[in-house]
Order: sequence, then C-alpha cells, then structure tokens
Amino acid sequence: MESILGNQVMFIIFSAMIVMFSILTVTSRRILRAATFLLFVLLATAGLYFMLNYQFLAAVQITLYAGGIVVLIIFSILLTSHIDHKFDKVPAQKLIMGVIAAGGGIAISLMTLLSYNFTPSNQQPIDVDMKTIGKSLLSYGDNGYVLPFEVISVLLLAAMIAAIVIAKRKKV
Amino acid sequence: MLFEGIPIEFFLVTSTIMFFVGVFGFITRENIITILMSIELILNATNINFLVFNRYLYPGQLEGHFFSLFVIAVAAAEAAVAIAIIINIYRRFKSIDVDNVDEMKN
Repeated sequence: MESILGNQVMFIIFSAMIVMFSILTVTSRRILRAATFLLFVLLATAGLYFMLNYQFLAAVQITLYAGGIVVLIIFSILLTSHIDHKFDKVPAQKLIMGVIAAGGGIAISLMTLLSYNFTPSNQQPIDVDMKTIGKSLLSYGDNGYVLPFEVISVLLLAAMIAAIVIAKRKKV
Repeated sequence: MLFEGIPIEFFLVTSTIMFFVGVFGFITRENIITILMSIELILNATNINFLVFNRYLYPGQLEGHFFSLFVIAVAAAEAAVAIAIIINIYRRFKSIDVDNVDEMKN
C-alpha cells in the first residue's frame, strides 16, 4: 500500500514539473531561460519513463535529449542571439488565436480520452532488459526491428553529412 | 511495478497538455529556435503516449518502445539539420525571426 502512495506522489511531482515547465518554455521571454526550462521538461519525462519501467529508454532520453539536443540548442542560441535580449510581447490577436487552438485541442482530446473505456490487458508482461532490446534490434523475425534500425542509421549518417554541408562557410 | 496505482488516463492527460502547450508555442513564437523547442515538446508528448499504451495495453510486445526509440533518433537528426539551417539563416539575414526571413534567395 505504501509503495502505491509513493508512486502516486512521484507521478504527481513529475507531471506537475512537466506541465509547469512546458508552459514556462513557451512563454518565457528570455530565450536561454526557455532552453533551461525545456531541459527540466525533458528530465521529468525521463522520470516518467523510469516509472513505466523502461529504464533503457529513460537513459537514452537523458543522454540524447537532455544531454545532446539541449546542448545543441544552447550553442545555437549563444551563436545567434544576445543573452540579455528580451522578446517583445506576443501580439494580442496571435495570443488569442494560440489560446483558442491549444485550448480547443486540449478540450476535444480530453473529452475523447476520458470518455473512452480502456480495457487493461491480460498479456504476460515481458521484461525489457538490455538483452531483449539488443536481440530485437538485430533480428528480423517476430519482434525484430533490423530494418528500421538500418534505415535510422542511414538517416543519421545522411543528416550528419547534410548538417556539415549546410553549415559550412562557403569559399569566397 | 512502479506504475501501480496510477490510472492510464493520468499519463495521457499529462501528455495531452504537453502536446498542446507545444502547439501553442509553435503558433505564438517568432524566433526559429523557440519554434524548434516547441517541436521538441510535441515529439516528447507523443513519445510518452507510445510508451504508456505499450505498457498498459500491450505489455507483452515492444512496438511502442522501439517506435519511441526511433522517434528520439529522428528528433536528434532533425535538430542537427535544423540548427545548421538556423546558423546559415543567421549568416545571411543577421536575424532568426521568422518575420524577417521572407525570401528564399537573395
């Protein structure tokens, strides 16, 4: 009983962090602060992955998102903006449109979501350890994902080359 | 089981709010980097959904797990290319506000 209460407290902390910091991410008027709030959102998401017992994916989330992408974003902020620059206030019309779009989307999604009756599964849960993940990534039978794995590796190589070519300074 | 005692709807409500906050940022922001940050929020919300459905409704399979793994990889590739493009735009226009970048070639 005690662990269930602990789980719920943990979940409430993580989801409150996610909601609060994601709102701050899109409303903060200093861009470096927005990036820092995004970092907190990504870390809280990793916490939710730990709660779902997907430890590997939580580690990937921390290293790739919180470690890689946020650092990349912060570097590009430092290269392109002044630190003490504050954004102008969002024009009222745009703000109202955004609130209507987001609020309407949330209302419709939550209505659909909360009226649907999810049936819990009776499948036997499998343990997601490193051995299972590695075997699935490199096999092509049932539960095999070697084709998307190869496609994603080619995509990453292409994206890396493309990033170098685009950002390279042209010879005069 | 760490998620015992938490109904599936709680996770889904959190990710829904996160998704639409990302949509809000995508609409209202002017700076390209903050738009990219909103896209990251949206991708994260979908990732949470994939994993929650995988864990609660099909715990014997791994489709959601691997799909979110691939989404993370694609997001990393996308961020790298997007930031290369942003740096290039900054060199050309000396600004990365979407309102100032209104011509493809000069």
